[in-house]
Amino acid sequence: MTQPSSAEHVEPPLVELRRIDVAFGGVHAVDDVTVNLYPGEVVALVGGNGAGKTTLIKTLSGAHRADSGAILIDGEPVNIATPRDAKALGIETIYQTLALADNIDTPGNMFLGRELTTPWKTLDDSAMEDATRKVMGRLNPKFTNFKASVSSLSGGQRQSVAIARAVHFNARILIMDEPTAALGPAETAQVADLIRQLKQEGIGIFLISHDIHDVFDLADRISVMLQGKLVGTVDKDDVTIDEVLAMIIIGKLPGEVTRKELEELHG
Amino acid sequence: MSDTRVAERAAEPAAPSRPRRNLAGRLLRATEVDTRLLGMIVALAVIWVIFNIFSGGTFLTARNLWNLSVQTAVVAIMATGMVLVIVSRNIDLSVGSMLGMVGMAIAILQSEILPDWLGFNHWAIWIIAVVVAIALGALVGGFQGFVVAYAGVPSFIVTLGGLLMWRGVAWAMASGRTIAPMDGTFQILGGGARGSIGSRASWLVAILGCLGAIAMLVSARRQRRRFGFPLRPMWAEVTMGASGCGVILASVYVLNHYFKPAGLAEGRTDIAFGIAVPVLITLGVAMAMTFFANRTKFGRYVFAIGGNPEAAELGGINTRWMVVRTFMVMGILVGIAAVVQVARLNAATTGLGTLAELYVIAAAVIGGTSFSGGIGTIPGAVLGALVMQSLQSGMVLIRIEAAYQDIIVGIVLVIAVGIDTVYRRRMTT
Repeated sequence: MTQPSSAEHVEPPLVELRRIDVAFGGVHAVDDVTVNLYPGEVVALVGGNGAGKTTLIKTLSGAHRADSGAILIDGEPVNIATPRDAKALGIETIYQTLALADNIDTPGNMFLGRELTTPWKTLDDSAMEDATRKVMGRLNPKFTNFKASVSSLSGGQRQSVAIARAVHFNARILIMDEPTAALGPAETAQVADLIRQLKQEGIGIFLISHDIHDVFDLADRISVMLQGKLVGTVDKDDVTIDEVLAMIIIGKLPGEVTRKELEELHG
Repeated sequence: MSDTRVAERAAEPAAPSRPRRNLAGRLLRATEVDTRLLGMIVALAVIWVIFNIFSGGTFLTARNLWNLSVQTAVVAIMATGMVLVIVSRNIDLSVGSMLGMVGMAIAILQSEILPDWLGFNHWAIWIIAVVVAIALGALVGGFQGFVVAYAGVPSFIVTLGGLLMWRGVAWAMASGRTIAPMDGTFQILGGGARGSIGSRASWLVAILGCLGAIAMLVSARRQRRRFGFPLRPMWAEVTMGASGCGVILASVYVLNHYFKPAGLAEGRTDIAFGIAVPVLITLGVAMAMTFFANRTKFGRYVFAIGGNPEAAELGGINTRWMVVRTFMVMGILVGIAAVVQVARLNAATTGLGTLAELYVIAAAVIGGTSFSGGIGTIPGAVLGALVMQSLQSGMVLIRIEAAYQDIIVGIVLVIAVGIDTVYRRRMTT
């Protein structure tokens, strides 16, 4: 039940977060959690507020160090101390906050920390704008506002800048923390299409989402967290939405939960 | 294919159903000129005209404008660095005291230490003094930046401590004396009778500046064409080039019409001062700082940190080291400003640079630098310094009492920032 799809894979997983622990003061934000991800797979991380999803994923994106545990890529242990380390390993992250510098234009944000330079070591703004226009042409063809600072963009446009940044650098592993939170229905559908397209290209995606329907729509497997602990990982095709909700809310696996408890969820 | 797409894109801005604007509006749009900067230039022009009327025509004379250009130099040089410090969400209150300490150090060096070793007016003295000023500034600035970035002490506190400490060091070094005179060559860096480049060299600078401005416009246009980006209309480019050149040539024309008194020019009265050396230094500093701010990773990171420190960190930027570097740049500029100030006064007093921090911060802020971080321009800060200095020397010229001068400067500062805040709120909503 915990690893239903792993039988198909003879290769080691693309990523494995093994027995990760993160504590803030006395609070165990992430407590002995193990999750993994295969190429071309979407694994959804779900759980209530404060379940530890974002903290767990930050250990992979280099924004926060784990107190203990290991991160393995292609079966090899790696050391991720900074966001730069993560990016060097092909891990790109779309943060819930988007992590955009509002005062800088779209190309500047796309290449933040990885600017293209001319042979004289000066910023090559034209080349960066050119690359940005190309990526945006694919992701959001209606986007034309390349010179304005991102503070003047709509929520959806800002989101597409954050997504474009993650996609542009040929990520192997993509972390999406609430990628559709700021979006309307049409834009959400666009992101869903993008996720399917990236999957086709063999990219592994960790998807954090509050929207259980999105999760069922896009994910292959679902890992559920509650109060810092992993409740379990299930194959989407083996479970119902109610069973996943039971995992999220009362922390019981589909086999353990009673009919009465399931009914109470709707009460 | 790319050609048709370019054409479509270029047509887009006209697409919204907004009614066609008047000529000025179209000009602003097409040239993509910074409207806030333009507003400041207009404000400056208004100030000049008002002072000229009330002073009976003495404000807008070549002599007064030449003096204004020299008096602005010290604050303008430091304001270009203060922009970056404030943009990265920090502040440097220590620049006035640092200027005093660095100025005192190089004054003692060239009037009491080096002559014993090299002899009076040795050719190397001014070079050593300048190098020491810059190195000392970088060291002190870098030290303050290090404490801010790595010890996590707020920059307000660190530099408030610096304000007290460096003033104390300046006092202790000279035991309260005034140090004078300075090396002969060194004095040229401060302007004055010998510290100007004369009319012929000034015209040369103007022509070079003009050609440089045109070359930049041409290369930017070529670059955009190479990538197939939308281009500015040709008439807009020509307007920009012409107005840029016009300003440069007009400024030099004015500076070339302030003539040396007969006593300084072998009895002749037709020898012009031309551009003063400190003004040239200021222009050089402003251009270099604009380059760093806009064209290098360092500048981009400073702005990113100011806009969203967390995003900068997540982008892999070493934000702490960037803070150290910003303060170091500030320190270097304080060193340069100290050279100009000491050379101009031909002396170092213990009060050297007192209150300069406030003028420098005011210049940066009047020039559109936002205290919430992430926003500010170098040309704006230089203009801000010019506005501040125009107010001060204008008020002296029309004989407003010192107490009222301070009141007026204070009011103008608050009003300028108030207008800017309202303008910015309009732009974002």
